[in-house]
Amino acid sequence: MKKLILTTAALALAAGMATAADTVRMGTEGAYPPWNFINDDGKVDGFERELGDELCKRAELTCEWVTNDWDSIIPNLVSGNYDTIIAGMSITDERDEVIDFTQAYTPPDPSSYLANAADVDVTGGVIAAQSATIQAAFIAEQGWTLVEFPTPEETVAAVRNGEADAVLADQAYLAPFAEEDGLFILEREEMIGGGVGLGVRESDGELKAKFDAAIQSMKDDGSLNALITKWEVASTW
Amino acid sequence: MFSFCSDPETLGTVRWFACYLTTGKHMSLYWSVLTVLSLLAITAPAALAFGFFGAMSARSHVLPLRWLGKAYIAVVRGVPDIAFFLFFVIALDQAFEWTRHQILCPDWTDPIRQGNDFIVCDAAKLPLSSAAQWVHEVYGFFLAVLTFAIVFGAFAANVLFGAMRAVPRGQLETAEAYGMTRRQTFWRVLVPQMWLYALPGLSNLWMILIKATPLLFLLGVEDIVYWAREMGASANRRFTDYPHGDWRIWYFLALLVFYLSFTRVSEIVLERINRRLLHGQATVGGGSR
Repeated sequence: MKKLILTTAALALAAGMATAADTVRMGTEGAYPPWNFINDDGKVDGFERELGDELCKRAELTCEWVTNDWDSIIPNLVSGNYDTIIAGMSITDERDEVIDFTQAYTPPDPSSYLANAADVDVTGGVIAAQSATIQAAFIAEQGWTLVEFPTPEETVAAVRNGEADAVLADQAYLAPFAEEDGLFILEREEMIGGGVGLGVRESDGELKAKFDAAIQSMKDDGSLNALITKWEVASTW
Repeated sequence: MFSFCSDPETLGTVRWFACYLTTGKHMSLYWSVLTVLSLLAITAPAALAFGFFGAMSARSHVLPLRWLGKAYIAVVRGVPDIAFFLFFVIALDQAFEWTRHQILCPDWTDPIRQGNDFIVCDAAKLPLSSAAQWVHEVYGFFLAVLTFAIVFGAFAANVLFGAMRAVPRGQLETAEAYGMTRRQTFWRVLVPQMWLYALPGLSNLWMILIKATPLLFLLGVEDIVYWAREMGASANRRFTDYPHGDWRIWYFLALLVFYLSFTRVSEIVLERINRRLLHGQATVGGGSR
């Protein structure tokens, strides 16, 4: 009897540990529609929510969603507050030194400008961008005047109130503003960034491999392209 | 929430707002108000306790204890809040996990620090990665309370330290003349009288603490300023049933009203306490009554 109880306890413990290892916390920003945003119910929603849930299903992981400020999203991953970054983060060399990326789930796309008028000349102008993004780094490199904001919303607000001549961001994020607010997407585009991938800790090779495989299987059966088209976030593979 | 909310497009203005203000997202905002209030309710006494022990050790006759108290006051007061919140909390969290790691996983061979990463065994994670979301939130809240208590405790310690010195020397001499021990003098004469001198400084701290709550988001606790910013952001009809433009000004206006009325109520309460403390004291304020 005693043995039986011990075995049961050991089994229960093993089962408990298995679930412990399989829960993955997905860190996102929740302020960058259509990539990720908070819906009316106060839950994370958007392209990456659907993508992440599907990837977790295919990799047989239990996933939980958390939001974090963009500015501290990498430090909090590294210190273990969550296990992945899935927040429209482009794969760049600088970031790759600190964290690892899975293979890209959207192809590299050009970034667009949104301005008050269709004929704004961005060279030498005042350009808004979210801080710690590839767009902010790009403008700083060009030597134009850069105004940085912690959230994407504030970058668009800066253009509306005339503080900046234009904002540089992903086309998918800017498009809804162009439709409704009388703002214009400029013809000029900048080819920066290397596709968007999931960020994981450098020591988390196993998790990275699981997500890599799941992304590959979604690419192969076309469901990734269908998701991209549904949310209009990027070009398809 | 209401049955007529199923088709927001056709609603009249009043109904639209009734539905809009009761979405799940707004419930999170109301919930965060409670979070902030309970944070204040727990942090204030905790910070006062830290301050009291800080001040007590800063005027201790045991040299190492005195150094410890003075160092606490000087170091914490000198570090900018935001740096403290970004650096100290992560360090504190890692210290907890490191301790648990040493106890729970003695056979672990991999190094804990791997480049930038901080790796402890699964059992040592705080909270466990399998824990429900609310456990993570409570843990974040606990870290926030502790950090706020340490930061504001240092300021409170300095205020109390000064207040203890402001109690007239004659009071203590009289106590000694009656044959009270040092301990008795401290608890029966010094402490009851020092609050009067400490209150203006402490009430300042309380006001600053109220306004410091937006720092919570740095710790992953979703506070009212976060939700106000999030909900004021323009909402496109593709992503919500309740599209609207940039409404941040209205949400921040509501925050302004909230903070102003909260500080006003605090002022009234503090003034009452002050009047009670002044009663019968041999000071200008106490004598005029």
